Amino acid sequence: MKRRSPVQTLALYGSLFIGVFFSCIPLFWLVRSSLMTLPELYIYPPLLWSHTVRWQNFADAMTVVNFPLFIQNTVTILIPVMLGTLITSALAAYGFARIRFPYKNIWFALVISSLLLPYAVTMIPTFIGWARLNAIDTFYPLWVPAWFGGGAFNIFLLRQFFLSIPNEIEDAAVLDGAGHFAIFWRIMLPLVRPGLIVIGIFTFLNVWNDFLNPLLYLNDDKKFTVALGLMTFKGTYSTDWHLLMAGSAIVVIPPIIVFFIGQRYFLESATLSGMKL
Amino acid sequence: MTATHIQPPTAPIRMTSRYTLSLTTSQRNAIAGYMFTLPATIGFFVFVLGPMLATLFISFTDWPIIGKLKWVGLENYTTLFTTHPFFWKSLEVTTYFSLASIFLRLIYAFSIASLLNFDVRGKALYRTLFYMPSIVPIVATAMIWAWIYNPDFGLFNWILKSVGLPPSRWLSGSDTAIPSMIFMDVWASSSTIIIFLAGLQGVPRELLEAVEVDGGNWWNKLTAVTMPHMSPYILFNLILGFIAAFQVFSNSYVMTGGGPSNATLFLVLLIYREAFNNNGNMGLACAIAWLLFVLVAAITGLLFQGSRRWVYYYGEDR
Repeated sequence: MKRRSPVQTLALYGSLFIGVFFSCIPLFWLVRSSLMTLPELYIYPPLLWSHTVRWQNFADAMTVVNFPLFIQNTVTILIPVMLGTLITSALAAYGFARIRFPYKNIWFALVISSLLLPYAVTMIPTFIGWARLNAIDTFYPLWVPAWFGGGAFNIFLLRQFFLSIPNEIEDAAVLDGAGHFAIFWRIMLPLVRPGLIVIGIFTFLNVWNDFLNPLLYLNDDKKFTVALGLMTFKGTYSTDWHLLMAGSAIVVIPPIIVFFIGQRYFLESATLSGMKL
Repeated sequence: MTATHIQPPTAPIRMTSRYTLSLTTSQRNAIAGYMFTLPATIGFFVFVLGPMLATLFISFTDWPIIGKLKWVGLENYTTLFTTHPFFWKSLEVTTYFSLASIFLRLIYAFSIASLLNFDVRGKALYRTLFYMPSIVPIVATAMIWAWIYNPDFGLFNWILKSVGLPPSRWLSGSDTAIPSMIFMDVWASSSTIIIFLAGLQGVPRELLEAVEVDGGNWWNKLTAVTMPHMSPYILFNLILGFIAAFQVFSNSYVMTGGGPSNATLFLVLLIYREAFNNNGNMGLACAIAWLLFVLVAAITGLLFQGSRRWVYYYGEDR
């Protein structure tokens, strides 16, 4: 690689700095606003940082809206979704990647095609179906579907992982007389652990961030998830921006923590998901 | 030989019972294959294909949320195309948002990824900082940006004021609401940067150097090597981004409620309103949903079809 001239270096880092600024300023503004008193928010010229650093905003936000309950509800939905997604997507991905069976490619294409399907086209009949089962205002509509394949994207991603395992490993197990399930459970699953972790992280984020489904299926505010709870907050305290920002920060912090812990896996999966269509 | 006891091979136990199935390997594979993929295929029929066909069926009926279903043929569609007060507006708004946000998103992500692909110091930190916005839950994103866009006390109007420009109404102006949402969307879709960066790192250096040896400049490198290599990544992000953008809902539900004067009444918000507001009309809502599906499918198909002319896969002869 050629050496850069000072002008080029300056241009490069200058543009990068603008990008970072654009990327980070909203989150900085969130933290900054969540730690101020209401009058401080309205001072002109604006303060960059609070004089007082009011942690009390977080406690207040927690009491005016029942965030602990919403977190508990979200986790109650998350656990069965996580188990269902990991188990059924791994089963399907293994089947599509490593077993020969008739019409496999057609089935795989069908299952994967739902990746391109707009959610809106299935939303209403699915809702009517759950309503017929008297499941509105319960958590069932939010976790049961996860036990049926766990999402096309996850099957697609895990299948890539299963495909990358060399055949010799399987052949040895077959000689030892292992059946498909034993091979899957004892040999293959441990080998695709990074893939399972990626899916676990994405599943957490999807459940935590999901807004439309809880909005459709949950009416009673004692059953609300975190994302839905934040929305009601906005309805009731529409001008208390310091509390709204503290509430938003409460919702943002867990995904950010998970992101930092699982960063390595995220970046790997970005490589994988950019794959050829 | 040492005194190793080698067990005599036990005779294979023949199962002579008539209940035993004797299966060939391929039969056993077929059963295993279907069993492993069964939950996913059931899921496809119950949660994808079934509801899809039901949507099509309901779109030919008149079905108030409380009441009897009545077959009306194409009436919902003719209503939408002729007399419905919001359908065309909503289609226009959604198309405007989708096209502009996809275009800007790809340009932004590609530029940042290209910058990071130079030998930048602290690349890992930059990557983290750029990925972060896409982790933020959509409701929180909407909340943060509603505050930044606040006409009276928001950050952006403060910045405009400090450089002597007139303030904007951002989300509450009917001309500025969609551009404001596009800007926010570009911010929130930053994970595209990481996908592009992963692709750029795979561009073969020897080809870039070959262009240099032949006296080519950066433009030749971009068009002859980088773009062909990146084309599958661009197609992937183009299609998935387009499908996602066409279904935008939460942004306007949380921030504007579809206003001001329906400037942000996206199609999915319109479907939601038609279906679930007080005198909800499932038939009409399903007709809009079906049209949305046909539109998305047609455009996806066109993009795939057109992509044969510009997307290049390795190992493929051209």
